Amino acid sequence: MKAKIIVMPKKTVLDPQGKTVQHALESLGFKGIQEVRIGKFIEVELKGGNKAALKKKMDEACHKILSNPVIEDYEIALK
Amino acid sequence: MKFGIIQFPGSNCDQDAYHVLANVFSQPTRYVWHKDSSLGDVDCVVVPGGFSYGDYLRTGAIARFSPAMKAVATHAEAGGLVIGICNGFQILCEAQLLPGALIRNKGLKFICEHVDLRVETSDSPFTNCCQKGQVLRIPIAHGEGCYFAEPALIKQLQDEDRILVRYVNNPNGSVDNIAGICNEGRNVFGLMPHPERASETALGSEDGRLIFESILRAIVSA
Repeated sequence: MKAKIIVMPKKTVLDPQGKTVQHALESLGFKGIQEVRIGKFIEVELKGGNKAALKKKMDEACHKILSNPVIEDYEIALK
Repeated sequence: MKFGIIQFPGSNCDQDAYHVLANVFSQPTRYVWHKDSSLGDVDCVVVPGGFSYGDYLRTGAIARFSPAMKAVATHAEAGGLVIGICNGFQILCEAQLLPGALIRNKGLKFICEHVDLRVETSDSPFTNCCQKGQVLRIPIAHGEGCYFAEPALIKQLQDEDRILVRYVNNPNGSVDNIAGICNEGRNVFGLMPHPERASETALGSEDGRLIFESILRAIVSA
């Protein structure tokens, strides 16, 4: 099974990278862009098939190291 | 006074800190390898600047789980002094020995320059040789030095007099111009600027000496 993890800066946290890319898109003529935010995408290959147990394990990993709860939120999708 | 300097793969200010403590201040100083689970007999630990573990994942995120950092946490809990400089500050935040986090500079650029820092309190083992309001000229060299914390925490830091130094001209977007803070016990200090790079006239400023002199005074009077 594969865990696909998205880590994003919290809404309250400044994301200068997202802002810069937003400005670049606007200057290239892409219209109607409200906001750009940039995060990370992490793939973890997992052994075992118990989805609930794997989810719990990945939750713990995200909380402990893969994200920093002070500045980031995360989402886990298991496939 | 005995100093220990932690060395991670990717630390690059460890030798600068060693030079200042051992040669400029003539203090017994030793390195502590990141795999060592004991600090030995030290009064103050320096978590130096650099790019520990290549800054992978987040700055300081991997270094914080090293055996040496567990020993640093134990040392800090017992009231021992800890100073984290630049990457050391980032590691101390990741380790939750200090609150908040350090994120990408607002202007996205790595900034390497001398800045003016205002000492906000002399009530700490790290600033007791400074006057409140005194301005120190000390270099910064970081890409991720923008201090972030939620407003409630900033208020708490302010109310508890735990913001030890602020930027006079904010270079990186840090909330409330914060350049360095201490923990509740006032024995753990993290700052982005490099006092070890401003402790000799040959380097253009000696203002950083005041931070180390404060530590020496605190240890002697303890």
